[in-house]
Amino acid sequence: LSRIGDELYLEPTESGLSLRAVNSSRSAFASFLFAPLFFQLYELGSTGPDTEVFRCKVHMKSFLGVFRSLPSLEKSVGKCLILLKPRASRLVLQLHCKHGVTKTHNLAFQECERLQAVFDTQRCASRLCAPARVLAEAVVHFPPTLAEVTLGTGPGGKISLRNYVEDEAEQSKTMVTELWLAEDEFQSVAVAPGSHITFCLKEFRGLLSFAEASNLPLTIHFDEPGRPVVFTLDDTVLEVHLVLATLSDLESNSQSPSTNGVSHLPAPSDDFADDLESYMVAMETSEGGSGGPPSPTFPLRTPRPAESDPEEEEEEEEEEGAVPGTPPHKKFRSLFFGSVMTPGRPGPATTQEVLAEDSDGEC
Amino acid sequence: MPFSAQPPASGERYALSASLDNARHLSSLLRAVHFQDHATCLATASGLRVTVEDAKCIQANAFIQAEIFQEFSVQEESVMFRISLSVLLDCLTIFGTSSVPGTSTALRMCYRGYGYPLMLFLEEGGVVTVCKINTQEPDELLDFDFCSTKVVNKIILQSEGLREAFAELDMTSEVLQITMSPDKPYFRLSTFGNAGSAHLDYPRDSDLMEAFHCNQTQTNRYKISLLKPSTKALALSCKVSIRTDAQGFLSLQYMIRNEDGQICFVEYYCCPDENITEAEL
Repeated sequence: LSRIGDELYLEPTESGLSLRAVNSSRSAFASFLFAPLFFQLYELGSTGPDTEVFRCKVHMKSFLGVFRSLPSLEKSVGKCLILLKPRASRLVLQLHCKHGVTKTHNLAFQECERLQAVFDTQRCASRLCAPARVLAEAVVHFPPTLAEVTLGTGPGGKISLRNYVEDEAEQSKTMVTELWLAEDEFQSVAVAPGSHITFCLKEFRGLLSFAEASNLPLTIHFDEPGRPVVFTLDDTVLEVHLVLATLSDLESNSQSPSTNGVSHLPAPSDDFADDLESYMVAMETSEGGSGGPPSPTFPLRTPRPAESDPEEEEEEEEEEGAVPGTPPHKKFRSLFFGSVMTPGRPGPATTQEVLAEDSDGEC
Repeated sequence: MPFSAQPPASGERYALSASLDNARHLSSLLRAVHFQDHATCLATASGLRVTVEDAKCIQANAFIQAEIFQEFSVQEESVMFRISLSVLLDCLTIFGTSSVPGTSTALRMCYRGYGYPLMLFLEEGGVVTVCKINTQEPDELLDFDFCSTKVVNKIILQSEGLREAFAELDMTSEVLQITMSPDKPYFRLSTFGNAGSAHLDYPRDSDLMEAFHCNQTQTNRYKISLLKPSTKALALSCKVSIRTDAQGFLSLQYMIRNEDGQICFVEYYCCPDENITEAEL
């Protein structure tokens, strides 16, 4: 989760403890749901029908600091107790270590809105399932600095992985790596032929390491370019989702000169750039969000040279969604840059209402 | 390995003259107190004491008894000088710091007296290095007046239990708060950093606890930046004794076993932090 965002969102629910993160450009979202059975003890505070589910977020670094060196933790820590104390405004993490030693960390938290990406794996045309190891071995061929990768389906059910080169003119100068995986490497393949999606590899690598370490198969749900790709891991006590924005297709646009070099925000006059401005994750406080509106188009922002750092992007307006203090029961959806739509694209994200009141939270 | 080259000219009387077969016995101990550039050395018949101070709040002493040396002679009652500890350590480790078993650097130390430089003769594998380090007027040292009769609380812990704790101290906290009490939490180390507060509790019946003599509940705060260097001494030691007196002065004594199994001591004294605000629990 720390590969995705700087803040860790915690939401204790009846179905388990949910830990989530989102990146600053809202183009990546991950959630880990640990079922009550994962824990030795799982107790929710008294919640009546009227009581709001308590949610908070903490700084990722502060949280990770508690679990600093994993190898020594495994040897020395017997139990970990997590207490969420709203009245004291503290998240308490208590490690019971050997020799009777107890380490107690009291972390400050901020109350926050529900963080939820709207996605529906049922609506994805294609699905792949593979052991994490297969994908890890494939991904290792790409340089660690590679930002985006294209996953495609080819003839004979083969699956391809290719590094994404943003600028046509640069094609001849950059090294292109492409590898093909046969259908039998996967546990299941149900894909629409000729489909392909491009997504950020960096954010995916984090999940891949986790999947490898926990030895779980990874399922990839994808659809058309521009619609988010969803990676899932399922276990009896754990449910993991990683939602990444994908690059939308540009068939209708002529090749544009490279604008990628320096600026984070694409120049407004550039059609190419317009399509790639990222959309805000639709936030809903009502349950069952995926049954509602269609998934917003989730185009990836303008790809940049390898040292891309989403955190630096200035999308001030985007922060509004998670502004603490926004009244809880308000259902809101914000999609920015509403005028931006790839021409000819069907339906989704027609809900372009920008709720003006939310701009209060703009910093 | 006996040292054979360059003996001092006969007839010369040295205020201090010492020989050590393995210079590491000295250098590793000095590293444990190396948090300032300069140190004051005091040599008496019982051995060598090297003192380092900072901010008039903290003092560290490394003791190397005369018995550790193969030869140790002090002409006057005591010999004292100030010297650059960084330079001294560089010289002692001039043949490298990695400890290859079987090889060691032999040391001969000579000091003629006030105003003279400290001479070091170092030899390893037949190669000899001669170092001359200038000495200075010794500083007046702090006297913490810490004696066993004034101790209010005392704990002796096995160092392995504290090592990780000290290495991972939240340095965004300005202070390290130490609570010692006959009741819970018995022995607690606390920090108050940017992320929040953290407490490390050691119960009195922990198997790390070798001795527990707490008479009164005391909570004292010390500047963390001053205590952090003691981590080096902790890393070398097998046991540590933690004592506080009525004024909250802290004494940390580390028992260190060297490669030959001989025992040396390093101690740290620290004043409590004066800016005391409400502890966040």
